[in-house]
Amino acid sequence: MIRLSIQARQALAKLTLPVLVVVSFGVMLLGKADTLLAERARMALADGLAPIYAVLAGPLQDLREAITDGATLWDMRDENLRLRRENEQLRRWQSIALALDAENRRLKAALHWIPDPAASFVTARVVADAGGVYAKAVLLSVGPNHGIKKGEIALDERGLVGRVTEVGERTARVLLITDMNSRIPVILETSRAHAILVGTNGPRPRLMYWPEGTMPQEGERVVTSAEANAFPANLPVGTVHFNSNGTPDVEPAARLQKLEIVRIFDYGLNGVTAPGPQGQAQEQAQSKPTPGRH
Amino acid sequence: MAHIDRRPGIRPRPSLGRRLDIIARSCFPGCAVLLLMLLTQVPFGIRGQAELLPAVTLGAVWFWSLARPDTMPPPVVFLIGLLADLMGYVPLGICAFTLLAVHGVAVSLRRFLARHGFALIWSIYSLVAFVASMLIWLLVMLLSFRYFPPDGALFQAVLAIAIYPVIAIPFSAAHRSIADPDRV
Repeated sequence: MIRLSIQARQALAKLTLPVLVVVSFGVMLLGKADTLLAERARMALADGLAPIYAVLAGPLQDLREAITDGATLWDMRDENLRLRRENEQLRRWQSIALALDAENRRLKAALHWIPDPAASFVTARVVADAGGVYAKAVLLSVGPNHGIKKGEIALDERGLVGRVTEVGERTARVLLITDMNSRIPVILETSRAHAILVGTNGPRPRLMYWPEGTMPQEGERVVTSAEANAFPANLPVGTVHFNSNGTPDVEPAARLQKLEIVRIFDYGLNGVTAPGPQGQAQEQAQSKPTPGRH
Repeated sequence: MAHIDRRPGIRPRPSLGRRLDIIARSCFPGCAVLLLMLLTQVPFGIRGQAELLPAVTLGAVWFWSLARPDTMPPPVVFLIGLLADLMGYVPLGICAFTLLAVHGVAVSLRRFLARHGFALIWSIYSLVAFVASMLIWLLVMLLSFRYFPPDGALFQAVLAIAIYPVIAIPFSAAHRSIADPDRV
């Protein structure tokens, strides 16, 4: 250790704060100039911390389940009644779906339709929030050699969650559809009108740029559009809900508040090559095993 | 050791065990803050958990900068800030700068606040936490060229103020026991 006089040491101690303030400004500029550096540092840190979170996530989920189990014991009778009614309704829907599926097959056979290969997917556990105050994202724990790439699509059992934006060695970060930076081409299911789903950092993303004359309807289903080749068509996104200001928001189908397990699908889309005909892309997605559909 | 220099006098050189003890005790604040920061990231699945990290970090840095500035020196504050930037997904350097500013304010007010009780410390901290949250919000907007609604920043400020006693009570117990380098 270098021996310094007391005066020198005191002067140094007084200097460290202003010097570090200047350094932090430097870091801000550096982070702005080289965004890749910040991203790499973040993913390295996440890779280091993910195993700890992954170990903790299991027992925490058990605890949550135990608590919800305890709560459901109270209203089991009502719940049973509700489920029985719902089951009857679903049976009716199932028969309709089976009939439509058979018809769809017949029509495809008549058209000599070539079925598309099914999309491959990996399932991963959500281990931490990766958004902070100013973003909406989740961190997934994926094993080494996971093969996940940027731009792949994350879905939970109900609908679209978001896209993979950063990939580390053991982790992947998924930007949710509610994030400020999220822009998703969507189709309003009944009118088939195109629109853009814009994240606001709030719980419900906003619907924008729908064509003039086709107002979104309350409760209308919103699905992804294959436009720009970033998403396959017809993944369930949510339902239209008008907020108190009268602007259409979308209530996400996925449970974004309590994500536990998501599936990352590789549809082999690269977003820049020329997309195929619209109809083909839509059919393509229908033949694929999309979650929330069966 | 800085705290020995401040009290001149002739005394025997501390033994190795004693010196290790002093080092361990002066490492406590930094390590406790790091541990708390990691804890806020555990997936509890509660809403508003994202705001917990900056809130806890602000409170902890304020507390130790007031209680023991020699164990929470600017380099440690800077590192904590940088880690908060990385873990909180805000542009790098923002939390580091804000926490250094909070540290500076705490150190300059230290003599004045030492004569007063917890209520005044908390009220001044409330002001500091509010200004710090707004500063982070403004810097995030400036560095990402994008408008963010102030709700997140306001909630963060409220959380930082509300959570301060929860942090301060165990920390002041530690301040008198494990973090005290003069205890034998």
